[in-house]
Amino acid sequence: MKEFLIGKLSFDALPHDTYMLGASESFILFGIIIFGYVTYKKRWKWLWNEWLTSVDPKKIGIMYFIVGGLMLIRGGVDAIMLWLQQALSSGASHGYLSADHYQQIFTAHGNIMVFFVAMALIFGLINYFVPLQIGARDLASPFLNTLGFWLFIAGVVMVNMFFFLGGEYAATGWLAVAPLSGKEFSPGVGVDYWMWSLQISGIGTTLGAINFIMTILKMRAKGMSLWKMPPFAWGSLLSMIMAVTVFPLLTMTLFLVFFDRYFGTHFFTTTEGGNAMMYTNLIWMWGHPEVYILILPAFGVFSEIVSTFSGRPIASYKSNVVGMIGVATLALSVWLHHFFTMGANANVNAFFGIMTVLIAIPTSVLVFNWIATLRRGRIRLKTPMLWFLGFASIFAVGGITGVMLAVPPVDFQLHNSLFLVAHFHSTVIGGVLFGIFAGLSYWFPKIAGFRLNEKIGRYAVWCWIVGFFLAFTPLYILGLMGATRRLDHYEASTGWQPFFIVSLIGSLVIAAGVALQIIQIIASFIEKKKLMDTTGDPWDGRSLEWSVASPAPAYNFAIIPEVHSREAFWEMKKLAPKAPHYEDIHMPKNTATGIYISLFAFLMGFGFVWEINWLAVVSILAMIVCFVRKGFNEDSEYTIKAEDVEKAERAHADKMKALVHTKQLRNDGEDDMGLIEFIKLVATWAFSLLRRKK
Amino acid sequence: MTENLVHKHAEHEEQSNDRLMFGFWVYLMTDLLMFGVLFAVYAVLHNNNVGGPSDKELFKLPLALTGTLLLLTSSFTCGLGMIGARKGSVKQVLSWFSVTFLLGLAFLGLELFEFTQLIHEGHTMSANAFLSSFFVLVGTHGLHIISGLLWLLVILIYVVKRGLTPSMVRKLGYLSLFWHFLDVVWIFIFTVVYLKAFV
Repeated sequence: MKEFLIGKLSFDALPHDTYMLGASESFILFGIIIFGYVTYKKRWKWLWNEWLTSVDPKKIGIMYFIVGGLMLIRGGVDAIMLWLQQALSSGASHGYLSADHYQQIFTAHGNIMVFFVAMALIFGLINYFVPLQIGARDLASPFLNTLGFWLFIAGVVMVNMFFFLGGEYAATGWLAVAPLSGKEFSPGVGVDYWMWSLQISGIGTTLGAINFIMTILKMRAKGMSLWKMPPFAWGSLLSMIMAVTVFPLLTMTLFLVFFDRYFGTHFFTTTEGGNAMMYTNLIWMWGHPEVYILILPAFGVFSEIVSTFSGRPIASYKSNVVGMIGVATLALSVWLHHFFTMGANANVNAFFGIMTVLIAIPTSVLVFNWIATLRRGRIRLKTPMLWFLGFASIFAVGGITGVMLAVPPVDFQLHNSLFLVAHFHSTVIGGVLFGIFAGLSYWFPKIAGFRLNEKIGRYAVWCWIVGFFLAFTPLYILGLMGATRRLDHYEASTGWQPFFIVSLIGSLVIAAGVALQIIQIIASFIEKKKLMDTTGDPWDGRSLEWSVASPAPAYNFAIIPEVHSREAFWEMKKLAPKAPHYEDIHMPKNTATGIYISLFAFLMGFGFVWEINWLAVVSILAMIVCFVRKGFNEDSEYTIKAEDVEKAERAHADKMKALVHTKQLRNDGEDDMGLIEFIKLVATWAFSLLRRKK
Repeated sequence: MTENLVHKHAEHEEQSNDRLMFGFWVYLMTDLLMFGVLFAVYAVLHNNNVGGPSDKELFKLPLALTGTLLLLTSSFTCGLGMIGARKGSVKQVLSWFSVTFLLGLAFLGLELFEFTQLIHEGHTMSANAFLSSFFVLVGTHGLHIISGLLWLLVILIYVVKRGLTPSMVRKLGYLSLFWHFLDVVWIFIFTVVYLKAFV
């Protein structure tokens, strides 16, 4: 009976060792603070109506940013723990983590950074800016978008759930290679948590990708042919096409792992005819394209930034787009380079090696494209541009080492070494993360209505760049010296420790960069009025997102623009404004169904993790009921009257006019608050608080 | 003025349907890729019976052929139902789709019969890799059939309740696409799993 009711759950599942207690308590404390604050401010209803149930892609985008940002810190703490262990654990000293705990941390670090940081932030950017760039008011299916977001949240909760119940995460590496991830070698719940968090959020990704393909292909403003679409929209389209191509493979592969673990089948086991290498093939067929899914929108971001801050159109737009298409196409046929050592014959390895090397060609086309855009441009070195320059240098290193690793004989030497770890961090941090940061600082005025502090932003960029090279150059060297990845201990005679210590210092510099980014946002909020973006076009932009007010109104465009050229807004700026003619706007209504379905999806996963079968079955039935109710609900839209649109547009214009008159706004950033000023300000504020108490 | 507004609204609806229909096609392609994985897995594992009986010894061709014919016929009646829906005839929709439902149910019954027989003889999906891949490939298709049947049932209930509104015709359109899709997948299963065992 007890087994039927609560499956494998028991009091032993509650956290009891120090790390689990510390982590779960800090999560609970964080939750209590937020809960208390919202209750104190009486904002629950507002939060539910305006944010959680919203179908506005802009609000969903912001929620992606917030969750992704928090997860970046969560995954960053993991990273520093790993670095600290490696710096300490040499010779007689075994560091402060057990081998098992260390393995769980690097697994969680990988999962969180790829799924819940990079994917989240990329989806946030796409959500917010793709509709604005293509002149659309919302997405093809607003409901699928909120559903995708909440499934992602269910995945986030699932990946952190082991802190509270179970006390162990998968100790298998981020892709949980078979047969290690089978029941035989990983009997605990860690792999189950891994599996369900990826499964649930992965299905959300597929749904989101379908939605964006519909939106980009079917909802562009009149006159915007595919050849007139901004590069970021192109990058997003290609990325989403790749996502619908490979995420189903992930879903099915995880489904098979689930069958192996739950029903005792033999897909990837070592006995009864199972084939473990098939798992490696399947997971990398998804896993390799996945990193390109992340990088393509980032490429798009850089194209936008380089063109805007050079004051000229992107050089050879068509080769830029063709370059991205080339990357997206080739990326689907290179997965085997992750396991040249599998023992496939030389021809197979040669094929995949050559395909991998070929990717360097379209990628270089893009890089030369950006350089050609810079040439003869009027370059403004704002923070987004600094991120770009950081990207260009780090990504070049990542690309070159990638070509080295693509040569099978070289790979036999470097396989699973720290050289590889340094390589993919160069591409993922230098490429994806820098792209996201560049995009966020570039588009921040559109999101918040004021731009970010320039001075502190520059410090943050430099910390990231310097920290990166400090942290990862030693890893390249260590890899060449023979250090394998995922080491929790090494002999003192190897002489590796100094390199690991330098690497740790580098990671702390990166951490300082993150702290500066947080300070930058706080300082910008303090100086909000001074940094206000009154025109909606702070950078002298070229694409449609800059043609609307900052922050963008709920309906995006009061009047859907007509596009005649590649740089739609640049052309519009030259023309005299026409008298606007407003029309009624149809907008989707908010819905909580996405939240309910995701809640049940979470409970289903939870039920399967702990083998509480009734809970899983009930949750599946509940999801079906939710879908049916949503599917047959015809009342999903409301209309904004033309006169209300006009009123809102007028009111905003008047407000901004008043602001321009009262304040002389400076846009060059030289006037922004510096770090010392910020510290002084915080100190005086704290001081005054103390004094008031006395 | 009001006529103009109604026209505008209809246009808005039509655009939105066009998009969602396109999205549904994309979804079907993702589903097809999932089946693609299962087919690949079956291709790799179907000889790994580790001393157990092989596909030829286990499968019964007449059973599979009957199932195939049932499913193909159900696709045909589903098409007839769609013609009825486009004509706006509730009677035709209800009758043809009910036939589709019954044929689908019969197909499912046959499949379950085959599965229970195999399991009864001790050929469960945990016996060996070949049986694992067989059960999961065919079973996933069966799972799709179950959800299709459930979907059909719900739509028919709503057709009775609300009549054949344009949105209901659209929903029937999605369903019939899904049903034909399952038919196509089954043709491949019939070929790769059953026919191949006997050539």
